[in-house]
Amino acid sequence: MLSDVLQDLLEEGGELLVQHLVLVFVSMAIACAIGIPLGIAAAASPRTRRFALAFAGIGQTIPSLALFGFLIPIPFIGGIGEHTAILALVVYALLPVLRNTVTGILGVDAGVRDSAIAMGMTPRQVLRMVELPLAAPTILAGIRIATVTTIGTATIAAAIGAGGLGVFIFRGIASIDKLQILAGAIPAALLALIADAGLGALEKRWSVR
Amino acid sequence: MPEIEFRNVGYAVGGRQILCDISFSVEAGETLVLLGRSGSGKTTALRLINAMLLPASGELRVAGRPTTAHDRVALRRSIGYVIQDAGLFPHFTVARNVGLVPSLENWPREKVNARVAELLDRVGLPSQEFANRKPRELSGGQRQRVGVARALAADPRILLFDEPFGALDPVTRLDLQNEFLRLRDELRKTSVFVTHDVREAMRLATRIALLDQGRLAFLGTPAEFRRSDNPEAARFLEVLRPDGAAC
Repeated sequence: MLSDVLQDLLEEGGELLVQHLVLVFVSMAIACAIGIPLGIAAAASPRTRRFALAFAGIGQTIPSLALFGFLIPIPFIGGIGEHTAILALVVYALLPVLRNTVTGILGVDAGVRDSAIAMGMTPRQVLRMVELPLAAPTILAGIRIATVTTIGTATIAAAIGAGGLGVFIFRGIASIDKLQILAGAIPAALLALIADAGLGALEKRWSVR
Repeated sequence: MPEIEFRNVGYAVGGRQILCDISFSVEAGETLVLLGRSGSGKTTALRLINAMLLPASGELRVAGRPTTAHDRVALRRSIGYVIQDAGLFPHFTVARNVGLVPSLENWPREKVNARVAELLDRVGLPSQEFANRKPRELSGGQRQRVGVARALAADPRILLFDEPFGALDPVTRLDLQNEFLRLRDELRKTSVFVTHDVREAMRLATRIALLDQGRLAFLGTPAEFRRSDNPEAARFLEVLRPDGAAC
């Protein structure tokens, strides 16, 4: 009988895992697409930096379940389903990506940046050939932190009907079924560990360069 | 026509006057040493030459044209620049560091490679051994040699040095100073060299420009500097006197 239960969990689990991965991947892609260019702009201008970091910081302080709740009644961008969940996940992932991009670029040795300018590099060349490559390990560290948290936070997305491994957890809590809770929690934790190790290895390789 | 000409140049930042009414010129092929204490404005003066900074008043001419009228990127590529700790790009190999300006200028790859090899050999770092190393695999003196090779890469008419040997031990510094003199005699580049080390100034300069709180306190040859009665020059000359031989 137990094996029948496991069989069902596995079948449904595969689908939920894929949903979960899609949620994380799409959210992270959007967070990077916004966070990295914004970080580059913020590194270049103290004013942009203050505003961008403040906004991203505020997003970070909203409790995640509350944020998912807030978004439901908002027309167009909110509602029930995946796109609302992705929006919320992007809000959380943005700060680490943005902040590490800024830190990484500002952390480039002043002498190195100076000589890049003095060699006659255009601002674009300084960014592309010097600042971004030297900031890459720091930026990647931000992406890594954001990815790991997003994998965890994405379980809450099930609360607003976005699917993912959180479906097991919420159902398990509702029906006081430990097996269901673990069927959601364990794969989510493993996923986070794998992402952490994988991105960590990449980060190490880049910093050795 | 002088290679570099300061005409009543002033520079201020945040209401603080860094340089005040500086006028002098640097002739082709000479080594002018900007000597002064910390905060005397010598690095500022150097950075005005390659338009890293622009004068607040007066005019600075390079090759007969004010720096404000030059295309800044092109001007900088025609001026070699060496700083303390060399400012090498840590993620580039030695060869890529040295070949940087030629690459930016889109030289064909073989020509860049040949130039890099020639320059590394010239500064005493056999290219076979050093070309593929990273800066962190070099000693301080070797890094500085790479910095000099990089500055020479596109055969600039002018070289700027900002306390390039300041962080080196005295023996290595002496080696590199001798190397500098040898290269100068071979290449006949116009050089402006910033230092606070009066010994270094006396060894390397064809003329010394002494800066004191943003003003030009003295301009002349090392021999004239030794005889100068300027008070700031006298302070620097005190450093040169052997201990106990006060006159």
